[in-house]
Amino acid sequence: MELYEYSVYELISILEKGETNSVEVTESIIENIDKRDGDIGAFLYVDKEGALKAAEEADRLRRDGKSAPFLGIPVAIKDNICTEGTKTTCASKMLENFVPPYDATVVKKLKEAGAIIVGKTNMDEFAMGSSTENSALKKTVNPWDFDRVPGGSSGGSAAAVAASEVPVALGSDTGGSIRQPASFCGVVGLKPTYGRVSRYGLVAFASSLDQIGPFARDVEDAAMLLNVIAGYDKMDSTSVPGRENYFLDGIKDGIKGFKIGLPKEYYGEGVSSDVRESVLAMVKRLEGLGAFVEETSLPYSEYALAAYYIISSAEASSNLARYDGIRYGHRADKFDDLIDLYARSRSEGFGKEVKRRIMLGTYVLSSGYYDAYYKKALKVRTLIKNDFDRAFEKYDVLISPTSPTVAFKFGEKSNPLEMYLADILTVPVNIAGLPAISVPCGLAGGLPVGLQVIGKPFDEKTLLKIAYAVQENTGKLKPEVK
Amino acid sequence: MEFEAVIGLEVHAELLTESKIFCSCTTEFGGEPNTHCCPVCLGLPGTLPVLNKKAVEYAIRAGLALNCNIARFSKMDRKNYFYPDLPKAYQISQYDLPLCRDGYVEIETEDGIKKIGIIRVHLEEDAGKLIHEENGGSSLVDYNRTGVPLIEIVSYPDMRTPEEARLYLTKLKSILEYTEVSDCKMQEGSLRVDTNISVRPVGSDTFGTKVELKNLNSFRAVYKALEYEFKRQAEAIKNGEEITQETRRWDENKGITISMRSKEEAHDYRYFPEPDIVPIVVGDEWIEEIRSNIPELPHQKKERFIKDLGLPAYDAGVITADKALSDFFEKCVELYDNPKTISNWVMGEILRGMKEAEIEASSLPISPEQLVMLQKMVDAGTISISIGKKVFDTMLKTGKNPNDIVEEEGLAQISDEGSLRSTVLKVIENNPKSVEDFLGGKEKAMGFLIGQVMKETKGKANPQMINEIMKEELSKLSKN
Repeated sequence: MELYEYSVYELISILEKGETNSVEVTESIIENIDKRDGDIGAFLYVDKEGALKAAEEADRLRRDGKSAPFLGIPVAIKDNICTEGTKTTCASKMLENFVPPYDATVVKKLKEAGAIIVGKTNMDEFAMGSSTENSALKKTVNPWDFDRVPGGSSGGSAAAVAASEVPVALGSDTGGSIRQPASFCGVVGLKPTYGRVSRYGLVAFASSLDQIGPFARDVEDAAMLLNVIAGYDKMDSTSVPGRENYFLDGIKDGIKGFKIGLPKEYYGEGVSSDVRESVLAMVKRLEGLGAFVEETSLPYSEYALAAYYIISSAEASSNLARYDGIRYGHRADKFDDLIDLYARSRSEGFGKEVKRRIMLGTYVLSSGYYDAYYKKALKVRTLIKNDFDRAFEKYDVLISPTSPTVAFKFGEKSNPLEMYLADILTVPVNIAGLPAISVPCGLAGGLPVGLQVIGKPFDEKTLLKIAYAVQENTGKLKPEVK
Repeated sequence: MEFEAVIGLEVHAELLTESKIFCSCTTEFGGEPNTHCCPVCLGLPGTLPVLNKKAVEYAIRAGLALNCNIARFSKMDRKNYFYPDLPKAYQISQYDLPLCRDGYVEIETEDGIKKIGIIRVHLEEDAGKLIHEENGGSSLVDYNRTGVPLIEIVSYPDMRTPEEARLYLTKLKSILEYTEVSDCKMQEGSLRVDTNISVRPVGSDTFGTKVELKNLNSFRAVYKALEYEFKRQAEAIKNGEEITQETRRWDENKGITISMRSKEEAHDYRYFPEPDIVPIVVGDEWIEEIRSNIPELPHQKKERFIKDLGLPAYDAGVITADKALSDFFEKCVELYDNPKTISNWVMGEILRGMKEAEIEASSLPISPEQLVMLQKMVDAGTISISIGKKVFDTMLKTGKNPNDIVEEEGLAQISDEGSLRSTVLKVIENNPKSVEDFLGGKEKAMGFLIGQVMKETKGKANPQMINEIMKEELSKLSKN
């Protein structure tokens, strides 16, 4: 086994024993990226020099007897998370040359924990999309099948982890952007409870829905990465104090007695039969391990997608208004006056999907339409939250497929609405601010299937326990990347 | 037909917090352009606003001083519009749940006390400033002011004359200054006024079409613009014209209002709840704590000046209407225990000096210590009161200490009896006609002779002493 294939907890163990050092690990990682990423296209930027320098520093600290939770561990960062002095583009022409003068809180925490930032990963432009096809800068493929998308919007992070280019990565999830690509690429992806992880430095798409979370090849690694990034941050007033946890605790304790609900709306029409069967087969095994399983209902689910696209687009239209060509970002070469400067810079800088959502969001907030769309969507949001509250009075977790299908082919979803339907099982979780994890539960047609576990607010620990049980019963899934 | 104006005011006041509303940058006025900024107030991608608790406290304090109800639950909203001075392309403000509601201010009109209602006081952030290059071409932006906390105070349309609007503004300004919520410096933009005015026949209880007035850079401009607009609208109505609902700009030089934009061109701000800031929940305990810490208000101070310092009601009213002036007065009284004497200086020379030099009390070049020093020189007989007033003028111009001025200009009073007597004798010798007149019974001639002594001594003669010496010498002559 090559060093780049090790998981985080394995790397920590051999680093601590002195069987290897961070420089060796980082060199192995960079070599593998050099070898594979030409095909995969997961990275927008690889910071070889910076990574090796950080690895040397980590080794020096270790020699001096210092320790830190991620000392010398390589990590990749989605390119909508700010890294001081390193371009943060959101895979958009608008921010192609934007270099933030500060680190996102999660990046700061990773650095303090000794992690090595290897590079920035590709994504759908401004995290809007479900296939990473909306990147204005690069194409990323699914390591399992190069003709298929890696999912999105955090497709680069998912593909990088799946192709063993890096053991763990950070993504962001507004409507499924961690879980769906994790599902497509056969890795673990966790969307934490809204408020669990600071959003400071995450370039906003939809502020009331966005959360940063980990990708990993193991549930344990996902838990360890969450340990590092979680916690209250005074720079983000929506982050929640007093909820610190050690997420690895009891992860292997088993799931006996856990009550699992299967929301029937998540298994209905539109969910492909092989995906449904794969998930239900795993649920049966969990039942065999002592879990109590029962079908339940979340009746307002069918309105979730519509509410999601209204709320997220409304917030996006406001969040993305700051890209006006005045202070930073793309500015048109020629313009007649101020309005023309705005119009041209934004027309040139944004891609099609981003423009579509800005227009949609502007429309639903306009006077005369506000009540019919935005206000109604907020009411639906409350109803969906209530659905979950009721379900969690009875169940510890809910289980569903992460995505209605396995990874689809490039260009397959040409109609935007078809693409939006790829998020139908993940968006309700963001609307309700809940934690959820996608963990591989098997293969369908040779492609990975993701199982989604949805939990109570701030109960990531239970999710991780269930996910660990799924992992133990799935066996190792690994794409054969040539 | 007789017409009356219906006037409402929207006042923006910058809060006196040390740091900005959503970040820790300083709120200090001035500074090199773009030096009081950080990624948060510049709205760089990924940054988040964190609400400054002090700004909420100040807004509540203002609300309490303006007799408002304080919302136990309110929230921030986004007001979306594009402009280069607004780095996020939205202003974080409050829309449907403002922090304070339903207050009032009392003004003293000729017909007695009148209550002007306040609809709401809400919290928001200030924008930056555009600087247009003189030779046209480009504009530059200074973001130092971006994110300075503001309150917007919206009145009911309760005012009926430009004078009432002026009284309301004066009262509002003094309350905000007394509560130390804002320094209310219009020339620095820390107090800004927009106004709405419509016109209707006297006795009507419906409103006419309102017009919003902007670019009002002083209370005088507010008054003038309202006066102009009242006449314009009344004239139009008399001529059977429709009033257009629009925003008009006051042109200070021409003394007229000019149409800026019509209602149709008004922005759709697409307000929605600010998702980055959690709702503001205010407990009773905190409100009471803020209430108990509100400093003395103008009307309270006025009563105290009348009761404890024995000032006439008029003097007390004038001095307390201006916070900085009343502070100056009190400081003087602390150093010099004769309020009436100080009040005479303030009501006379200081107000006159402020008016002539067009300065505010807060920027008086004379300190209370210096004024008291001057008065003490008068008391000691070093200078006469009339010389004192001259010295005061020089102090106002130069900021110098009175004793230095007196010394430099040789203004010290002559109280040397020998020297005064010789001057008196000289005057008597040179003015035989007047002396004769006096001796012949014309009392007035004495004044002339004393005036001549003053002239000889350039006004520095101790008036009491020359009076006595002159009488003495003249009576010697009459006995002869």
